[in-house]
Amino acid sequence: MEERPYRSASGAPIALRRRQHSASCRELAVRCPRLQLRSLSAVTSAVWLAAYALFVLSENSMVLSAAIFITLIGLIIYLHFVKIDQESLLVIGSLGIQVTSSYASGKESTTFIEMGQVKDVVINEAIHMQKVVYYLCILLQDPGDPQGVSEVVPLFQSSKPRLDCLIEVYKSCQEILEQRKTGLQSS
Amino acid sequence: MVLKVFFPSCCSSAESGILIGRWISEQSSAVILAVVHFPFIPVQVKQYLSEVQRVTKVSVSVLGSWSNSKLEKEESLSEFLEDLGTIFSHEPWIQISKEGDSKFWSCSTLQKHSNNPKEEEIILVYYDQRKVMLSHLHPPLDTATSADHKADDASKLSAIFDTVAKSKILFMTDRYDDGPIKLTHWQSDGVEASIIVELMKQASVPACMLLTFLLSLISGICRSRVLKFWPLSFLWSKLSTCEQLGHRLQHLQVISSNKKAQTQTQLMRKANIFVSLLIDVALGILLMSWLYRKNRIGHLADTLIPVADHVAEELQDLLQWLMGAPAGLKMNRALDQVLGRFFLYHIHLWISYIHLMSPFIEMILWYVGLSACLGLTVALCILSDIIALLTFHIYCFYVYGARLYCLKIYGLSSLWRLFRGKKWNVLRQRVDSCSYDLDQLFIGTLLFTILLFLLPTTALYYLVFTLLRLLVVIVQGLIHLLVDLIDSLPLYSIILRLCRSYRLAAGVKFRVLEQQDGKPLRLLMQINPLSYGSVVQTYRLPTYSCYPKDSWTSLCKKLFLGELIYPWKHKGEKQD
Repeated sequence: MEERPYRSASGAPIALRRRQHSASCRELAVRCPRLQLRSLSAVTSAVWLAAYALFVLSENSMVLSAAIFITLIGLIIYLHFVKIDQESLLVIGSLGIQVTSSYASGKESTTFIEMGQVKDVVINEAIHMQKVVYYLCILLQDPGDPQGVSEVVPLFQSSKPRLDCLIEVYKSCQEILEQRKTGLQSS
Repeated sequence: MVLKVFFPSCCSSAESGILIGRWISEQSSAVILAVVHFPFIPVQVKQYLSEVQRVTKVSVSVLGSWSNSKLEKEESLSEFLEDLGTIFSHEPWIQISKEGDSKFWSCSTLQKHSNNPKEEEIILVYYDQRKVMLSHLHPPLDTATSADHKADDASKLSAIFDTVAKSKILFMTDRYDDGPIKLTHWQSDGVEASIIVELMKQASVPACMLLTFLLSLISGICRSRVLKFWPLSFLWSKLSTCEQLGHRLQHLQVISSNKKAQTQTQLMRKANIFVSLLIDVALGILLMSWLYRKNRIGHLADTLIPVADHVAEELQDLLQWLMGAPAGLKMNRALDQVLGRFFLYHIHLWISYIHLMSPFIEMILWYVGLSACLGLTVALCILSDIIALLTFHIYCFYVYGARLYCLKIYGLSSLWRLFRGKKWNVLRQRVDSCSYDLDQLFIGTLLFTILLFLLPTTALYYLVFTLLRLLVVIVQGLIHLLVDLIDSLPLYSIILRLCRSYRLAAGVKFRVLEQQDGKPLRLLMQINPLSYGSVVQTYRLPTYSCYPKDSWTSLCKKLFLGELIYPWKHKGEKQD
C-alpha cells in the first residue's frame, strides 16, 4: 500500500493511495482536499452578519433564529450531499469495476460495472472555456455493436486529478484489464 | 480464467460435507447453494439432485467438498474427500477447507482433463443467501428495452440472482425433516413463515370472490342504458368526480381478480394499488370525521352563499368600472353599455338562482360530504367540481367574450385582405388577388373601419374575462395535480425501499475483506439498493389525465386569436 501526494486541476493538494489485494484485484483511492475551516467560518460569518443587519432593520428576532437554522441545515446538506471526501476505484479482474464516492458525512454511493460491459478505460481530454482538462473514463460496450461505445462513465469527477496522477491510475487499470484479454485467448 | 466461488455466509459454520450448487461454465463461476452432510448414500444424493433439477429447471449438481475441522488437518479426511471427486464427477472439483476458527480458508481445485497445468486464481465471494433470494434485480432502463441478444449478454449477476431465487424448493427442507439427505442452507434451522401472512392468504380468496361479485353488479348498473341518455352522459363526462370513481373502480377490479400475479411487476402493481386505495380511504375518513365534528358542514354551507354573493358583487363592480373609463381608456359608449348591461343581467340571473337554491345547500353538502369516505381523491374532485359549478358564470362570460372577439378578429383579417385587393381562396387554401367592384370595396372599407374602432372595447372585455377564467383554471389544475399525485404514487414500493431495501436491488457492491498471502481473495457481496427516484419512476401507476401538449407559443397564439382553450383533457375524450 502506498500513498503519494499530487495536485488537482485547480491546484489543491490531493493524495492517491494504491493497494494491491491480489494478483487480479487492485484498489485506487483519491482523497479530495478537506473542508477548510477558513472557508467555513467565512461563509458562516457572512450569513450571520447579513442576518444581524436584517435584524437591525426589521427589529424581528425571528431573523436571527432563522439564520442559525439555515446555517445548520445548509451545513448538514452540504456535508451529506455535496462534499466528497474520497473517490475510489476497485478493479477486480473477471468480475468488474466498482466506483465508490464517500461523502464527508460518511455516506457512500457505489456503482458496480460488470467486466462484460467494460470495453476499455481511457484518458480523455475535455476543452472547457479556456482550459483543457484531462479525465479518466470507462467506456461501456454497446451490446448490439461490438465496435461501438454505448456510454462513457467519467471517474474522479470531484477531485479532478492532473495528468500525472491519471497516468498512474491508467497504468494500474490496464495491467488488470490486459489479464482478461490473455485469459480469453488461453481459454 | 479466474475461478469465482460464491459461498453463502450461513454455511460458514456448517459441518464437513459436499457442496451442491450450479456451475456456470461461461463465467467460470460456481454458485454454492447448500452443503450436504455425512453420512449420505451417493445414489440418493444424485436422485435428489435430479428431482430438484426437474422441478426448478436449474442445473444443480455436486460441485466439490467442504471440510470444517475443529482440530488439526486430518490426512485421512482429505484423501476421503478427494476420492469423493471420483464418485461425483464434476470438472473442476472444488475443495474448500477451514481450520478451527480461522477466517482464512484454503481453496483448491482438481482438474483431471485440463490442458494447462498451471494454478488458476480463485476468488471467494461471500453472499447473504436470504437477501439474494428475496431481492429483485432491476436492470438499467435502456438495456431492458433491447430484447435481442438477451440470452448471450445476460448479466452475470442476474444469472446468480436467478439461480438462488429459483432454488426455493431446495431451501424448504430443514434439519428437522427425516430424509436421507441432511442439508445446511439459510433456512436449515427451521423454515420461516408468518401466521398473519398465512391467515391473510386464506382469507383473501373468499374476500376476492365477494369483491368481484359486487364490482360486477356495480359495473352492470353503470353500463345500463338508463344512464346513457344524452343529457346524463354529457354530465358524467364533464364531472371529474365520475372519472375518478371510474378509475378507482378499475383499480378495484385489478386487485380483486383471482389470477395470481405472474411477474414481479404485476405483483408490485397490485400491492401499490392496494396500499394507495387503503391510504386514500383512510385519509378520506379522517377528513370526513374532521368535517362532521362541531357541525363544520353547517358553517361551510352558511358561508357559501355570502361568498357567492360577494363574488357576484365584485363582478358587478368590475363591469361598472369597464362601463365607465377603465384605466383611462375611452370606450365606445354604445357598445360598452350593451355588453355591460348584458353581463349585468346575466349576473342578476345567477344570483337569483343561487338564492333559490340556498335552503337546500346544507342538506346537499351534508350528503355529498358523506362520499368523502370513498377516498380523499374523490373529496378533492368534488371540491373541484363545486368550484367549477360556482364559477359557471365566469365560464359563460369567457365564452361570450371569446366568441365575440374571435368573430371580430376574423372579420378584420378578411376585410383587411379586401382593403389590399386580396381574397382567401378556400379551395387552394391560400391568399389570391381578386378584383372587387366599387360598391363591394366601399361597404368593405366601411365595415372594416367600424370593426377596427370597436376593437378596443371588445378586446378589453375579452382580456378581463380570460384572466378570470385562467385564474379558475389554475385553481382547478392544482387540485387535479394533487389528485394525480395521490393516484400515481407507488407507496408500497417506497415503504419497501425504506424498510427492506434489499428487495429492490439496482446492483451489487463488493467489499474486500482481510487478506492473507497464499489464500484466495475474499470479497463480500452486498446488495446495492435502488434510489428513491428510480423506485418512483419504475413503479408509478398510470393515471387517466394527460397534461396539455400545447406549448406556450401555441397557447398564446390561441389566446390572441380568440379560440377557446380547454387546458385539461382526459384520455378517452375525443380531440376536437
